[in-house]
Amino acid sequence: MGKKITSLLLEFANIHRFFLRFLRELVSPPYEFKEIIRQCYEVGWKSFPLISLTGFIVGFVFTKQSRPSLEDFGASSWLPNLISIAIVRALAPLVTALIASGKVGSQIGAELSSMNVTEQIDAMEVSGTNPYKFLIVSRILATTVMIPVLCFYVAGIGLFGGYLSIISKDQLSLLSFFTQVFEAIKMIDVFAMVLRAVVFGFTIGFVSTYVGYYSSKGTEGVGKAANSAVVASMFIVFIEELLIVQVLSLL
Amino acid sequence: MEKDKVTINYERCVIDVANVSKSFGDLHVLRHVNLKLYDGENLVVLGRSGTGKSVLIKLIAGLLRPDEGNIDVLGEVVNELNERQLRILRQRIGFSFQNSALYDSMTVRENLEFPLVRNKRNLTRSEINKEVEDVLDGVGLLHAINQMPSELSGGQRKRIGIARTLILRPDIMLYDEPTAGLDPITCLDINGLINEVQERYKTSSIIITHDLACAKMVGDRTVMLLDGKFERQGTFEEIFNTDDERVKPFYDYNFIV
Repeated sequence: MGKKITSLLLEFANIHRFFLRFLRELVSPPYEFKEIIRQCYEVGWKSFPLISLTGFIVGFVFTKQSRPSLEDFGASSWLPNLISIAIVRALAPLVTALIASGKVGSQIGAELSSMNVTEQIDAMEVSGTNPYKFLIVSRILATTVMIPVLCFYVAGIGLFGGYLSIISKDQLSLLSFFTQVFEAIKMIDVFAMVLRAVVFGFTIGFVSTYVGYYSSKGTEGVGKAANSAVVASMFIVFIEELLIVQVLSLL
Repeated sequence: MEKDKVTINYERCVIDVANVSKSFGDLHVLRHVNLKLYDGENLVVLGRSGTGKSVLIKLIAGLLRPDEGNIDVLGEVVNELNERQLRILRQRIGFSFQNSALYDSMTVRENLEFPLVRNKRNLTRSEINKEVEDVLDGVGLLHAINQMPSELSGGQRKRIGIARTLILRPDIMLYDEPTAGLDPITCLDINGLINEVQERYKTSSIIITHDLACAKMVGDRTVMLLDGKFERQGTFEEIFNTDDERVKPFYDYNFIV
């Protein structure tokens, strides 16, 4: 028991050191701009098809499921208002984060872990290069920047899915739909969406790079790192969602 | 295949490992180890698997920190340097990994450019290209410049790994099992390349191996790591002129006596 507590505390200390080093390397030159852009492309473009499909389905299904309840109150004309608030406030950041945890998190975890196993990280270290700056900072920055971008896209495509669901039963022009949508959304909702997306993006990048960088040696370590990157990212994203909702409800 | 005579300066010690110990938990890998590498020398470190040979060169390169003792490399005490100072020193140390450790998402050209552009930031594109092509030509693999590491054979990967370390013109080379997993003909090629590097780049090297043919071909001096200590050192012949039961099987197995 004592050993477990010690190892847990050591893990926290290591995470703390990892975070401080991230901050230090983030602000100190030279900067790996080329690698940051490459990682943004990897995170953004490679998740694009999956995110598109998921965002569309979430918007479509959510609208379909919400319709009967609103119809009971004769308020089906409020559907655009309801789905816009639901998608912007909660669904878009959460769906983006969960899909990115699976797609991007596992990829980063496995990639860094296999580089660790095959001594590629050591090779960078001994060639006078800073592997932390090249591998870690670039990936955390990429997820922190690209998850909010993807989140806006998911919100857009989710709303479009909702619109298609509405017009499958009712008559509504796209212009009227989006007029209602923008009337329902307040600035604070957009701010909350961006805040969530930034926090989730950072979390996914940080957790996946951490588990990959400190993975155990051997092929088993690669599998474990990929798995831990997904599970730990998703778990922390849900905890953060809970905390952010509490904080925002006070505003 | 005999190696050509090289000039070794025994007045100048480039690596001085003094009283170094290293443990991993309860496992004591190195116990108060002392070792010197002289300018221009190829020093072979022999020993069984798991005796701490690779740990020793990782300590020298600053990838690990010793529990006790000091490691002096080119006048700097490695275990007292901070990250930045270590990075500067490492530009003068080449490290050839056992599995080559090539960056598998990059082409051969990008692998060689990687340390170069990050350590010599004022080079022009044409200077970078020339450096990369010169070094690749030196290891006989210029034709592989645009290939991915996965397309190369084991021997070619070793050569590219060595080329990548040579691109920074190091003073010291550390080879971790350079012939492990290679066929005998390729082993001969790699041994030849190690000698060629010593002559052409005037490097001092530590070669970690348990391949006695390699030790005999490339070593100017050989040391043997036994039970966490260097108990035997001298020329290849001096090392094996013994009845020590910990040493004899090495020779018998390698030369099938």
